[in-house]
Amino acid sequence: MKNKLLSTEKRTAYLLTLPAVCLVFAIILFPIFANIWISFKEVELKDIRIPEPRAKKIVKSISGEDNKIKFLYKLRNSSLLQEIRNVKFEDKFTKNLKPLDLDQRCIYKKNKIKCDFGTWPAKYKENFEIIFEIADNSKINKKELKSIKPKLDGDSDNILLNTNFTLKNFKKVIFENEFLDLLLTTFYYTFFGTVGSIVFGILTAQMVNQKFYGRTFMRSVLLFPYVAPVVALAYTWELLLDPNSGTLNSLLLNYQIIETPINLLGQKYIDINILGFDLKLRLALTTVIIFEIWRYFPLAFLFILARLQAIPKELYEAADVDGASPFQKFFKITLPQITAVISILFMIRFIWNFNKFEDVFLLTGGASGTRTLPINVYQQGFAISDIGMGSAVSIVIVILLLLFMFFYFKLLGKRVDEN
Amino acid sequence: MKIKNIIIFSIISSLLLVSLIAIWKILSTLQGIKLNSLNIQIIFFIGFFITLLNTIISNKINLIIRFLIFASIFIYIDGYLIQSLPVWYNIGNFLIIYLYFVKIEKYNNNFFVNEHSTQTIIFDFLTLFGIVLFSFVILFPFYMMLVTSFKTQIALLVNPLDFSINFGQDLKDLFKSYFVIFKSYKFGKYILTSTIVSLGTVFITLLFAIPAAYAIARLNFFGKTFMSTSILIIYMFPAIVLVIPLYTVFSQLGLRNSISGLLIVYTATTLPVAIYMLQGYFKSIPKELEEAAILDKLSWFGIIVKIILPLSIPAISSVALYVFMIAWNEFLFSLMFLDNPNSFTLSRAIQYLSGDAETPRQYLMAGSVIVTLPVLFIFVYFEKYLVSGLTAGSVKG
Repeated sequence: MKNKLLSTEKRTAYLLTLPAVCLVFAIILFPIFANIWISFKEVELKDIRIPEPRAKKIVKSISGEDNKIKFLYKLRNSSLLQEIRNVKFEDKFTKNLKPLDLDQRCIYKKNKIKCDFGTWPAKYKENFEIIFEIADNSKINKKELKSIKPKLDGDSDNILLNTNFTLKNFKKVIFENEFLDLLLTTFYYTFFGTVGSIVFGILTAQMVNQKFYGRTFMRSVLLFPYVAPVVALAYTWELLLDPNSGTLNSLLLNYQIIETPINLLGQKYIDINILGFDLKLRLALTTVIIFEIWRYFPLAFLFILARLQAIPKELYEAADVDGASPFQKFFKITLPQITAVISILFMIRFIWNFNKFEDVFLLTGGASGTRTLPINVYQQGFAISDIGMGSAVSIVIVILLLLFMFFYFKLLGKRVDEN
Repeated sequence: MKIKNIIIFSIISSLLLVSLIAIWKILSTLQGIKLNSLNIQIIFFIGFFITLLNTIISNKINLIIRFLIFASIFIYIDGYLIQSLPVWYNIGNFLIIYLYFVKIEKYNNNFFVNEHSTQTIIFDFLTLFGIVLFSFVILFPFYMMLVTSFKTQIALLVNPLDFSINFGQDLKDLFKSYFVIFKSYKFGKYILTSTIVSLGTVFITLLFAIPAAYAIARLNFFGKTFMSTSILIIYMFPAIVLVIPLYTVFSQLGLRNSISGLLIVYTATTLPVAIYMLQGYFKSIPKELEEAAILDKLSWFGIIVKIILPLSIPAISSVALYVFMIAWNEFLFSLMFLDNPNSFTLSRAIQYLSGDAETPRQYLMAGSVIVTLPVLFIFVYFEKYLVSGLTAGSVKG
């Protein structure tokens, strides 16, 4: 009895989880493995369309011969690159029609015409005609005849399924793609974006954790950049920073803080002079990082605020009794209490910033020194339309990601052991 | 000691005043006043002396009188002596100084004898400073988005600093950009598509996630722990590495440019987090209820529909809102999978609009307002639910 109950429980459990598991497997896990497959192939965007035989059917009456009717099929191979083998053709006709001098490749049987066209090379085209005799002078409905669609069938190679592999893509990724520069840019973007958003998250959480008028409103406002659609925000920022008639540049010019407009999103380097040192700052990258911080500090804020509100009040009361200063309270009580949250946040944000595509794509499109790895996937795969290369870059991302996760869990495990 | 504290206090608090006034000046400039300098140094010195004097005489004179005296000095110097400015600007200044005086009133003579008064001051004013600054920095782009959508191309080019909206004009002219994008750019259709896709994603995600989450929370089966731990790891894998294989497969299956294709992808990407959030909540429901139901010979379907669902309305609504938000804001997949304007979602449509350099920016901003408003409205209205969703589903970028 108990065994039976257990097995029903198991069966129910599999039944309940199956749809979700299948979907996630098909859309998330399968592509990750498919990436590995594609990255070892030379595939371009135009290759992925499967070649298929096509036919356009035209029904014509022949002038002067009322008892005959002509069927014209415009046959073609849809692919400009690949052949189709073993093309089969089939079409159905009404009973009152009889074919006259049928093509050798075809046979007529039970109101159906079946043809075997053999192999069609790439770009193949043919006008195929059949003339029918109309029996017993019955009326024919051209529209009805035309509405019967011919069936075509053929074998072709799916370039994705053959077994020609090459290492070319990875060679190109590492040696011809300014790989080091790409990695460095991605790292700057990820690291400073993450650190910045956490620092501002701590500041704002500390702020909102105090009592003041309009606190709940403030909390909502702080989350606006995080919940609003990225498309709207990116274009607003683009207009704000526009060098010709953007608000920021106009304001700075108006207050005579700068003399010429700065193209914040389109200039790769800017020279700045701090204490006599000439520094070259990567301007567009910095702007993109600032956008990143602006958009994602609310998440850090939300997490840290939740943690701050969970710190027992007694700790602060005891510190007050001991005569601790506000700074001491912050560094000795608050900060140690939120380090765990911060380390989790750092990991999450690091991984997500590492993979962030939309923000940079919408702001600069990867121009002027803001090309990160995800942008490169898009550029290779869809702008240069080299799908294999794009996949290879994706694989690089996945490998780096797994490395991060490995180190992170190792670090986390160590922490748990210490405690 | 006390004098040092008072001076530090005056410096820090006048920095707050400077930032308030500076923001007010920027906003006034955008309303068409010709201000060519923020006069930060001058305002800092006036603020410093006002605060210093105010603190010294605070015990002797009533707050209202002190405030009136110092406010008129400040306004006279800033609004008339340096540059003659309109009355409404000075009224704004007057209100800012009033707020400022209310704020600094609690720092009286007794306060400065405290041991940690400097640090307390720094902390307090950093907070105030932060609130003012962050509100401004966060809200300004939204403000700009809204204002730009009401302007005309010529007005924007002639004076990019003029943010004033002429409410006197015809409503038709005021909302011209909105009329145009609905009429000539088919935004009504895009709104419909986005709504269908987002609501569809919410519906299918819940349909798949509730049973799965229930099984993980309650039933024992082989692979359960593996499943629950792998959910989050799967969720960490980013959309950008899925894009190329999905693109090729969807092209070959003819799923590109179709709503069903988008629905499949959105559902799959939101499922892990939905399951994770729901199973956490289901675990907190007391088991006894279900045991009673089993005795009543209810099937698992009956248990889920009659017991679990009514009890977990808050969790389900927060998942639903969160998933809706993700689907509504999603951009990457809609960029990759949709290239026929007939099947665009709102985000994709705005990106398409901006691809044409000729598109006037007010249309772009009107589109942005349309795509942003529903999300912000939902967020403000259901903030409690959404915040718990955001915290639980934090991993979403």
